[in-house]
Amino acid sequence: MSKQAIMAWEDLALGTAILSPGNAKELRTGDWRSLKPKLDEEKCIKCSLCAMYCPEFCISVDAEGFYRPDFYYCKGCGVCANECPKDAITMGKEGE
Amino acid sequence: MGKRVGLEVSLAVAEAVKLANVDVVSAYPITPQTHIVEELSVYVASGELDAEFIPVESEHSAMSAALGAAAAGARVYTATASQGLALMHEILFIVSGMRMPMVMTVANRALSAPISIWNDHGDIMAERDIGWIQIFAENGQEALDLTLCAFKIAEDKRVLLPMIVNIDGFTLSHVIEPVIIPDHAEVDAFLPPYQPVLKLDTQNPVTFGPVGVPEVYTEARKQLEQAVIGAKPVVDEVLAGFGAAFDRQYKLVEQNGKIGAKTLFVTMGSLGETCMTAVDELMAEGQDAGQTRIRLWRPFPEEEFLAACAGAEKLVVIDRALSPGAVCGPVASELKSLFYGRPGAPEIINVIAGLGGRDVTVREFKEMFALAGSGKLSGNYMMWGVESHAS
Ligand code: SF4
Ligand code: SF4
Repeated sequence: MSKQAIMAWEDLALGTAILSPGNAKELRTGDWRSLKPKLDEEKCIKCSLCAMYCPEFCISVDAEGFYRPDFYYCKGCGVCANECPKDAITMGKEGE
Repeated sequence: MGKRVGLEVSLAVAEAVKLANVDVVSAYPITPQTHIVEELSVYVASGELDAEFIPVESEHSAMSAALGAAAAGARVYTATASQGLALMHEILFIVSGMRMPMVMTVANRALSAPISIWNDHGDIMAERDIGWIQIFAENGQEALDLTLCAFKIAEDKRVLLPMIVNIDGFTLSHVIEPVIIPDHAEVDAFLPPYQPVLKLDTQNPVTFGPVGVPEVYTEARKQLEQAVIGAKPVVDEVLAGFGAAFDRQYKLVEQNGKIGAKTLFVTMGSLGETCMTAVDELMAEGQDAGQTRIRLWRPFPEEEFLAACAGAEKLVVIDRALSPGAVCGPVASELKSLFYGRPGAPEIINVIAGLGGRDVTVREFKEMFALAGSGKLSGNYMMWGVESHAS
């Protein structure tokens, strides 16, 4: 099999349909990240706008009421940082 | 049994669609297909056909709605021609890629510009690579019969592909012919209700048409290619089954005239019948003439075609479509690829004829035969009957 293929053609479902609903949740979009959002808790007013704008829907509220990304899915797009009304999110280089 | 009636071929096709108990007809009228869908809308309005008729606003929508209906598990029919087929173009690939069975009649018509409502194969030749099964009818009875067979072929679990039945615009679509309309019970016995393998169902959710990343797209296309190639024996089997049930035999490739003749005409569609008359006359005059008629165009019946041309030294291939700037016409191109490198391959002479409703007569076929015999039809192809100051 070609190293570039993920499966043999015989194993594809009819018409390349997806038979397990919701399997997009297995797609690790966090792999794409080169920038990582960082939250300044001092500035954050817990308004949740970042969570509403996040195109991956990966920001959820934690026990203290702060909105935090799930880094399995956060692709580092920076939409949250752009939309935050308090500039509480900064985008730093991944791995720094 | 059935009943023999004089019927316009478009209406015979509509009869076939009604007999096939379709669930959904989604179509936009375009000359010369209009009478088919007009008749079907009358059947639906009168309650004679218990189906949903979707009167869409364009052919793009016609094919999109047909795709949706097929995804929901319905038996679907549509029909179009020329510009309408071209407008469906992008959806045609989606239907086959998603493996949605459906049947479409294409009443073959030339493409604009200049505007032509008349017959040639330019419309379907632009859609060679859509991954649909494609077959050509030669006469009215065949148009009706192949429409019935098309549902059975498309829905076969080994196939699950959409299928086009080509009928030449006007030459077939608008001609009144004696046609045998089978009894409903006979058709029901031949064509069981459609049982989709996958369909949109809230109890069993599936996703149709997802993104195919580079790691999977090639394999997805391989699956389609294998399905199209694998359809050939099923087409053969269904046509044979039809022959047994209705006593009308159809093969993937037909032969006419002298078997083993040195010079064979190759035709596809209704021009084949005119050519048959020419071949019969040539034989009566003692000429070594025969004819091979291609019925199944996709998948191309390679073995059957080779067998039908065994012993031939010259093939006079008639193309009813021009591929400007190409080496030759689409049918000749296919055949040159097929014969390339084969020992004893015949010379392939390509005549582009019958564009935009230009008649090709028995006399002209005989002229072609004479010119081919004297070696005067040479070059990659010849556009037949072009008026020019140069000639
Ligand atoms: S960087 Fe993009 S993906 Fe990551 S949390 Fe912010 S909005 Fe969501
Ligand atoms: S948008 Fe800014 S202020 Fe609002 S919850 Fe998100 S980080 Fe905090």
